Amino acid sequence: MTFIIDLLAATLRNATPLIYGTVGETYSERSGVLNLGIEGTMYAGAFAGFATAAATGSPLIGLAAALVVGVLAGAIMAFLTVTLGANQHVSGIGLTIMLIGVAEFANRLIFTGTDLQRIEPMPLLDPLAVLGPGGEVFRQYALTYVAFLLVVPVAWWVLQRSSFGLEIRAVGENPEAADAAGVNVARTRYLALMIGGALMAIGGAFFTLAVLGSFTLDIIAGRGWVCVALVIFGRWRIGRGVLGALVFSFVYSLQFRLRILPGFGELPFELLLALPYLVVILALALSGRNVAYPGAYLKPYRRS
Amino acid sequence: MVGGETSGPEVALELRGITKRFGDLVANDAIDLDVRRGEIHALLGENGAGKTTVMRVAYGLSHADSGEIRVNGTLVHVRSPRDAIAAGIGMVTQHFSLVRPMTVAENLALGRSGGLRLDLNAARRTAADASMRFGIRVDPDAIVGNLSVGEQQRVEILKALARDCRILILDEPTAVLVPQEVDALFATLQRLVADGLGVVFISHKLGEVRAISQRVSVLRRGRMMGTVPGTTAEGELARLMIGRPIAGDKRAAPTHDDAGGGVGDPRGVLSIRDLRVAGSHGTAVIDGLSLDVRAGEILGIAGVSGNGQTELVDLLSGMRMPLGGSVVVDGVDVTGLGPAEMVEAGVGRIPEDRHASLIPELSVAYNLVMERLDEFRRAGRLDERAINEHADRLIERFAIKAHRGDRVAALSGGNIQKVLLARVLSRDPKVLVVSQPTRGLDVGATEYVRSQLVARRTAGAAVLLVSEDLDELLDLADRLVVIYEGRIVGEMAVGDADPERLGLLMAGRGAAGGAAA
Amino acid sequence: MTGPASARARVTAWRPSRWSSPVIVGWAVLITFALTAGPILLAGANPIAAYGEFLVVPLTSRFSILEVLVAATPILFTGAAVAIAFRAGYWNIGAEGQLLLGAIAAAGVGAAAGDLPPIVVLPAMLLAGGVAGAAWALVPALLRVRFGIDEVVTTLLLNPVALLVVNGLLHGPWRDPVTGFPESPRIAAAAEFPAFLERSRLHLGFVIALVIIAAAWYVVARTPAGLRLRAAGLSPIGARFAGIDVSWVVFRAALISGAIAGLAGVSEVAGIQFRLTSGLSPGYGYTGIVVATLGSLSLPGVALAALFLGDLTVGASSAARALEIPSQLGAVVQGVLLLTTIGLIALRRSRGGTTRRPTLDPQAPPDPPPMGNGEAGP
Repeated sequence: MTFIIDLLAATLRNATPLIYGTVGETYSERSGVLNLGIEGTMYAGAFAGFATAAATGSPLIGLAAALVVGVLAGAIMAFLTVTLGANQHVSGIGLTIMLIGVAEFANRLIFTGTDLQRIEPMPLLDPLAVLGPGGEVFRQYALTYVAFLLVVPVAWWVLQRSSFGLEIRAVGENPEAADAAGVNVARTRYLALMIGGALMAIGGAFFTLAVLGSFTLDIIAGRGWVCVALVIFGRWRIGRGVLGALVFSFVYSLQFRLRILPGFGELPFELLLALPYLVVILALALSGRNVAYPGAYLKPYRRS
Repeated sequence: MVGGETSGPEVALELRGITKRFGDLVANDAIDLDVRRGEIHALLGENGAGKTTVMRVAYGLSHADSGEIRVNGTLVHVRSPRDAIAAGIGMVTQHFSLVRPMTVAENLALGRSGGLRLDLNAARRTAADASMRFGIRVDPDAIVGNLSVGEQQRVEILKALARDCRILILDEPTAVLVPQEVDALFATLQRLVADGLGVVFISHKLGEVRAISQRVSVLRRGRMMGTVPGTTAEGELARLMIGRPIAGDKRAAPTHDDAGGGVGDPRGVLSIRDLRVAGSHGTAVIDGLSLDVRAGEILGIAGVSGNGQTELVDLLSGMRMPLGGSVVVDGVDVTGLGPAEMVEAGVGRIPEDRHASLIPELSVAYNLVMERLDEFRRAGRLDERAINEHADRLIERFAIKAHRGDRVAALSGGNIQKVLLARVLSRDPKVLVVSQPTRGLDVGATEYVRSQLVARRTAGAAVLLVSEDLDELLDLADRLVVIYEGRIVGEMAVGDADPERLGLLMAGRGAAGGAAA
Repeated sequence: MTGPASARARVTAWRPSRWSSPVIVGWAVLITFALTAGPILLAGANPIAAYGEFLVVPLTSRFSILEVLVAATPILFTGAAVAIAFRAGYWNIGAEGQLLLGAIAAAGVGAAAGDLPPIVVLPAMLLAGGVAGAAWALVPALLRVRFGIDEVVTTLLLNPVALLVVNGLLHGPWRDPVTGFPESPRIAAAAEFPAFLERSRLHLGFVIALVIIAAAWYVVARTPAGLRLRAAGLSPIGARFAGIDVSWVVFRAALISGAIAGLAGVSEVAGIQFRLTSGLSPGYGYTGIVVATLGSLSLPGVALAALFLGDLTVGASSAARALEIPSQLGAVVQGVLLLTTIGLIALRRSRGGTTRRPTLDPQAPPDPPPMGNGEAGP
């Protein structure tokens, strides 16, 4: 019983950064830009959040710093791919290389020589403790609550039900038509990328500000790429992307727990972890030519 | 809509002296046009006559070199579609600007408000209102991508109406419709003009122009030939539209008589039977086409673009698969073969898009050998010397003004065409498939290209020539066929061609063709 | 001109044409140094002195020059792998994973080599590594040429999978039975690349990389197959029109690219690590994209760019020692350099680089149709 409660709680916890990243990447891609800078943006967000929190003593200010860094990362990506019309995948890879480099550089510079720096991580909320042991599932960080109760519904509503979301979807599908209808294509893409970047960075900051209370190298460990996979797995829908994040996180949490049980140690759990990637590739293969990529995916827009 | 009473009594849109040049080409030469409130005004002309161009100017998609636009008597400066929309002008272009995965209501709402508030109910009201008043029936919650082309066109009209347009321009609206949809569209247009809108109806089909419009303005080669009542006879309209004297015996004595000496085969060197080819949307764009081209003959294909010419040339280039039928070249069945096999079978291909037929970023020399690289290999590597000698030879023989090392992209249109011509003709093709060979070329290059085609014909090749330039067809071809909706609807010797009959056939009003309009 | 190729064209609006040039790279280097002066100043160092440490100092001693070559070795392979794929119009972002598979194969063959002589073991390792890398590239390549599925995402997503395979082996069957460390058994002595210079880590892998680059250059620049590859990358439609089997050309390029990336893994295992470790590659596959871009996708350019980045890598550690600038500045420079280069390339395309074709047909709208085949762009 505790095993299951612990597993479910871990699932929600581990899904949190993926949800921020997946929603952020969904915004970018729905506007027509594949942002492979996500891995670096999450990394930079993790570091900026931590360093600022360490300096100010306030995880909230740290969170704000991560947000600013994410917006900046999104703006750089937008400048390259929207303003200059540069190749999106190379730009994204370059952004990731640069942001990881900058974060590690600054880490070495700021926390030089000292022991592993720690901050007081954000507290856990436990609103349903009254339910007894079952309520433990909901013993979570505030950022997890924000992710599930605020970010996901609001992001969904904005994208699907608001005028701004309509514009994001339109510039990602058919920028010519959006332009003809009076939508500012470049502005919309900038905003989508900056919002997306902010979410990705908060997802990264979740590790340093909430879970670990410290910054370690390779802290993101490819979770940005997981998010890229989840976005496609979710067919660019926020709801399905979140579902994918939960499934991935469940499998991840499960293998983590099974591994320490006697008798399970020899199982190749890594193959289990590879499943989400393989499922996405399989899904792409099965849907063949009919994958409903956003219409303007990877395409810069130039008014002629 | 511009409020208040206006100077012109009933004129909604007034174009004065619109001139538009593309390089040396004058697409619109001082065009004047009046569109009245409550009328359907047809703009008639062949491809390239300048119909679309002048209306794109009116809608702000293109900028005139001179001329002015008045709406309800007031001078307006239309710099972008936004200005045009503000002035009450709406346009439904041939390529719809719709976001296909979105619903109709979302498309109507797009760009209409800032911020977050999205009022889809307003869009639904617009749709319901239009359905009631004008009979434009579209489900506002349907996904645009799932709608038929006709329904998508209605959405475009709705978009214009939702922005209070009082002048509606439709560019070849029936080109994409099936007959029943055409009837529905016409009914809608009648109700719109009854409501006081002015409608501009761009078309090249005589039948529908006469069926729908109060007045017809005819453009020919960028010039306004005049405005006549919609009741004008078809023959008269065709003459206005085509209007050039037939140059049956303008060219030199029929050289082909002495060329085809030994060829007694009634079937041509190129023989096509019951061909069916799918277009981009999967439907058969060529449906039951048969033709023969004999050795030592140029067969001209006349027709308005979009009637299957591109698909036919693509197919003969090996770039498209047929749905059915057969293609035989010199007794060998080449149906469904790819580009390399087509060339191997003796087909020389000069399609309309020269850039897509070459590798513009590579040198002239490489492009000239691209179809036959294996012949220029020595000890496993490219035989650069042979490639260069080959290039120098062809550059001289075809008077290409370029160095062998120049990138093709850096050449002029005429020289690019000569590179393609040289690559094709250097292999002595038995069959030559040529489309729009002189489009965009200057006079010198045009003359040269034409003389090369005639020389090939004289040397015994079977030449299939697709062109929208009737003069070119009449000058070069020995025999003409007219293509309409993917079928050959008429055939004539060049000497027998007269503009009225050609115009009627091209517009789908020929005796042979069961016209849809 | 609709065909199977157009489904692809919808997704990729970029062509490897006129990718880069020495002038652009020169500007990019200058801009990068201007941009990285900030971090250097923050680190309390003089930027000019730092660039001296970065670029010049590594070239002042025999030892460090050889270290530059050691650092350049893996990215010579991955740079060549990426360049060949990009030249064919195939966006292989998966060199990292292909490298890891090559490393796994090399570690497996090397550990099983026993007493066999090097003349047998080394070719077997290279072959196995190349095949493993190509195999890892197979599925995205097939999906691309058969179904027109964009290879960017599929090749990228196989990178973390490859890392998971490495970790699965290291935590499972290949875990060191004695220490329990996640390290594979050390490869046999016969499987180690000979180091042919005293007091240096420089190994056979560097020579193999140069041979591969020279051979690839010869094939691309001098043979019909290479010309077909260039044609297919520059204009798939034009190449198909000229009778070139574009799918086959792209498919082969993708596999060759994977094989060369796999050799990078072999080289690191046999020349440096002598076993499989999870930290075998600090992103050499991604650095390959930087190298290929800086080298304007040409193989001599790749060689120069790899040496340049090798110089930067050694210079970064040198600057860390001499000026106490964190060596991670090397990664910052790499990233900024890639972004400025790709940005400048785009800038040149949008200015004058795109010689807009005159609209030949006044009837035709000057802009391509909204959902058109995307082939209108240059």
